[in-house]
Amino acid sequence: MDTSGGGGHKKGPGVKKAKKLSTRVDLTPMVDLGFLLITFFIFTTTMSQPTAMKLFLPKDTDKPDEQNKLKESAALTVMPAKNNQVYYYEGLDPTKIQSSNFKAIRDVILDKKRRTDAKDFMVIIKCTQDATYKNTVDILDEMKIDDIHRFALVDITPDEYKIVQLTEAANGIK
Amino acid sequence: MPRAKIPRKSTNIDMTAMCDVAFLLLSFFILATKFKPPEALTVVTPSSVSSKIAPDANVVLVTMDKDGKVYLSVSDKNTGEKQSIIDEINTAKNLGLSDAEKANFVRNPAYFVGVPFTQLKSYLGKAQDQLKGLNLPGIPVKDSTNNEMIDWIRAAVGAFQGTKMNLLVKGDDAAKYPSFQGLVIAFKKNDQLKFQMVTSPVPAPAGSELWKVQQATGNKSAE
Repeated sequence: MDTSGGGGHKKGPGVKKAKKLSTRVDLTPMVDLGFLLITFFIFTTTMSQPTAMKLFLPKDTDKPDEQNKLKESAALTVMPAKNNQVYYYEGLDPTKIQSSNFKAIRDVILDKKRRTDAKDFMVIIKCTQDATYKNTVDILDEMKIDDIHRFALVDITPDEYKIVQLTEAANGIK
Repeated sequence: MPRAKIPRKSTNIDMTAMCDVAFLLLSFFILATKFKPPEALTVVTPSSVSSKIAPDANVVLVTMDKDGKVYLSVSDKNTGEKQSIIDEINTAKNLGLSDAEKANFVRNPAYFVGVPFTQLKSYLGKAQDQLKGLNLPGIPVKDSTNNEMIDWIRAAVGAFQGTKMNLLVKGDDAAKYPSFQGLVIAFKKNDQLKFQMVTSPVPAPAGSELWKVQQATGNKSAE
């Protein structure tokens, strides 16, 4: 009895052998894509949140007993001006002006700080009209860096501005 | 002698686990990212050693662009405060703003204030797609006789009565000092003696006083 029906197949005639498909998918391209996206997001994300710098303004007052007393010997006036220059003078005489820049002003401030009594020492910041906002923040930052607690942001007087301008002209800064 | 049989290993690795990790990380980063809203003004903030994170609630933000022009905006969530600010300005300056124009200011962050009072009505009356590319003149602050920021800050202080108002100044590196001076005058006039300046953080320079303090307390490494 021939039940096999001819041929080498074990199955019946006309029955094709079903190809066994693997259920495994090659995931390599998917992994590639995944990591590509991760790198993209990491690079485009700005991790740092902006920080803020606190500034406390003194209250304007006309009463002399409410005003801060300032010792002449303990005062240092710094005046940021154009081209990232800083002019400074010690005491209260603007004619003793000296020029400096943002790199060198730290030593000036620290030197003055060392020479004066800590509780009297005060830095007066007078920004000229030509100073940028960056200069203003930089000099306030400098106060923080140098650990100076007494400083004031004061408007520049026209006389001082004139002196700054004259010094600028003498130094050839346009 | 029969050779030792080296079993042939497949070079195919199962990628499933790696794929899982990759997409887990991806979904984490996507969900953890807070997208910056597109800013109409590009401002390069100066850097400072300050490490305090800028607040993001109850903010009255004064932006100063590179030309020294000044703009005012209030955080989007404070709609009630924004409404009272614009109402206050409207009545104080007799601007005759319609409800729709006020609603533009209150609901839509695209309408930040960057015009003098005289142009405010026409500015808020514009459609949103007209705002793009508009060259705003900024709020006048430099002239001491016409510092409109004083009125805006006064309105803001009134609106934020009872809640802590975070006064923020975000200025551009190249902005000139007189604009900032105008702002300081406006703040002082309203007894707002505390404000914060948005900066991008830099570490304290090595060897400086602050650096020594940070080293001593150990709250922040120098690197």
